[in-house]
Amino acid sequence: MSLAKLSVSALAVAAVSATGAVAQSRDNVQIAGSSTVLPYASIVAEAFGENFDFPTPVVESGGSSTGLRRFCEGVGENTIDIANSSRSIRESELETCAANGVTDIIEVRFGYDGIVFASDINGPSFAFTPSDWYLALAANLPVDGAMVANPNTSWDQVRADLPAQGIAAYIPGTRHGTREVFDLNVILQGCEDSGALAAMTAMGMDEDAAEEACMEIRADGVSVDIDGDYTETLARIAANPEGIGVFGLAFYQNNTDRLQVATMSGIEPTVETIASGDYPVSRPLFFYIKAAHIGVIPGLKEYAEFFVSDDIAGPFGPLAAYGLVSDPELAEVQATVANEVTMGGM
Amino acid sequence: MTDATANAPARSLFTEDARTKKRNRAEARFRAYGLAAVIVGLLALVMLLVSILSNGMSAFRQTFLTIPVELTEARLDPQGNRDPAEMAAVTTFGYLPVLAQSYIDHVESLGIEHDLSPQAMAAMISGEAPAQLRSLVLEDPSLVGQTVTLRVLVSGRIDGFFKGRVTMASAERDANVTPEQLQLAQALAEVGVIETRFNWSFVTAPDASGQRPEAAGLGVAILGSFYMMLVVLVLSLPIGVAASIYLEEFAPKNRLTDLIEVNISNLAAVPSIVFGILGLAIFINFAGLPQSAPIVGGLVLTLMTLPTIIIATRASLRAVPPSIREAALGVGASKMQAVFHHVLPLAAPGILTGTIIGLAQALGETAPLLLIGMVAFVRDYPAAPPEGLFDPASALPVQVYQWTQRSDPAFVERASGAIIVLLVFLIVMNAIAVLLRRRFERRW
Repeated sequence: MSLAKLSVSALAVAAVSATGAVAQSRDNVQIAGSSTVLPYASIVAEAFGENFDFPTPVVESGGSSTGLRRFCEGVGENTIDIANSSRSIRESELETCAANGVTDIIEVRFGYDGIVFASDINGPSFAFTPSDWYLALAANLPVDGAMVANPNTSWDQVRADLPAQGIAAYIPGTRHGTREVFDLNVILQGCEDSGALAAMTAMGMDEDAAEEACMEIRADGVSVDIDGDYTETLARIAANPEGIGVFGLAFYQNNTDRLQVATMSGIEPTVETIASGDYPVSRPLFFYIKAAHIGVIPGLKEYAEFFVSDDIAGPFGPLAAYGLVSDPELAEVQATVANEVTMGGM
Repeated sequence: MTDATANAPARSLFTEDARTKKRNRAEARFRAYGLAAVIVGLLALVMLLVSILSNGMSAFRQTFLTIPVELTEARLDPQGNRDPAEMAAVTTFGYLPVLAQSYIDHVESLGIEHDLSPQAMAAMISGEAPAQLRSLVLEDPSLVGQTVTLRVLVSGRIDGFFKGRVTMASAERDANVTPEQLQLAQALAEVGVIETRFNWSFVTAPDASGQRPEAAGLGVAILGSFYMMLVVLVLSLPIGVAASIYLEEFAPKNRLTDLIEVNISNLAAVPSIVFGILGLAIFINFAGLPQSAPIVGGLVLTLMTLPTIIIATRASLRAVPPSIREAALGVGASKMQAVFHHVLPLAAPGILTGTIIGLAQALGETAPLLLIGMVAFVRDYPAAPPEGLFDPASALPVQVYQWTQRSDPAFVERASGAIIVLLVFLIVMNAIAVLLRRRFERRW
């Protein structure tokens, strides 16, 4: 009797799985990608689910590169519809996409994210320039025509008017899209501003090698790569009050009672200074839509249009309230989505 | 013999010689080490529980605001037809001013002095409230034009103030709340308009975005975990038991079965993420099952739980004395009858215990779910099984993981609250396992 029972239940399960696999058609939008975009995407998904008859989209995180890789896996219901990204899609990724049949991609830039430097609220306040960060974190510095290991261990050694506090930097790991912006807009910029780049080329390095050398971060424990999220950076600063961390503007705005923000080149990061471009360290945020899925997956286009609508992504919408710097050219972006303009022309 | 005793030095049994003293000291030391190990373990457990309970208990209480809301027709149903399809055009952004205005008017009618701007007043109400009001109105359009009394959530920071997380001093530095808002909240709490009460919706409500930590709940995660456990139970129990009975009772002893045995033991120790990679490759990419679905999660966790169940089942089958089998065979039972009528019922308590422990282990697993898309923001409840097994869902440990990553400090409390819920489930499951063993176990 037991055996009969067992085999029947096993068969029933197999039957359910089989019919399910065949009859299943997905009716919710599936999104994956950048953990920076995740909070914005989940705010939009939540409001979308509340206000439309479509199911709430499912939003996964995992990082821009992971999201775009899954996006490029192919066309079909078991692939994702939208990839969130905190950087624009790379040429190599477009090639992978094309090889897998994902040819029509709509690129949507929905706003900007500021990258801020913040320290413990009870510590001294900082006013940085990019060259301070280069001089503090570079692996090797050019001194009198030779590269020497970075000797700086406290901020006042970097620049005399900075507080005499040990250097302890928590910067995003290389997995994060934020790191790319940090390397380019802060470290490389600082390398140029401080004259180190010129000194290196004068030493006979070619330009590419000099830039590489600029962006090489010291590995002696002064700078720590954070591969987790900003919550981990915050915990590190709570444990080491001398630490200075790299955060997204939105994260900082949610934790102003524990963090104080440093100015960069004399400018305090706010939604306004980032929108105007005065604050130098910011980057655009994107999501990419698989055009082939529009009309197949219900609610996909409606979600994208809702995302970039003035109510949501505009300067007074909930995304701006959370810390997104609204795109000044939002009207153009709305037209792109409405007309389903794919990358590389129509 | 007598010579030996005569030659031995005369001594009392009550005086210890050097060797005995040494041995006794070694024993005392060992006992101290053992006791210290137990104390260290207990301390760690107590620290864990204290930190989780002190952080998380407040998640089960939430602060609510009770106000009469005037549902103005001009805003909510401009056409005046009371047609839900037309009224759906008014989004939650249209409901917020209605709610905020009612709140402002109510505070004024109570005669509480404040100098907050209407925006600052509106910011005290949770983002969830307009959605709550909208679904209420769309369900019953005749409410438009009336005044209804509504209990809505207050924003996370105001809630934090009543739980001690936010103080006047921290509000000074906080960009999201001002001391004036807290003073108003305090005044409203004194007249009973704002109150902190037990919050069932923490267990039943779906997840919420980073902007409304006060509304986030575990409903979808609990359902998702439950569905997965259902799949794991229905699949792994029959397969695991059948495999064990065959291996233990029927299979010939040869190299092949030895190899299978070694592999089963090995599988039990494989890192769970490996099963996730396997699940992605087989169930999603090859079989075409949907992403983020409990069925895939359940299948992956089944693979992970099978070795545990097989090992436990085989051990309990082996614990049944051979005399039982022999007696059954001796009175003419077939091998199968002997197994199913005599051995299996006696081994059942051990099998159930092993299954429950395997399930408890699967319940707490996150890593394999990462790869099959279950670590996601999911707000819609999955439908009833069997269709619901294919709907997107989250899982309890996944919800903990996600909440610890959110930027709003209010999610720390909710993550700890979710851990408490998970611990309660685990304790219940393990307690059932212990009870079953106590109740039905037979010793020979």
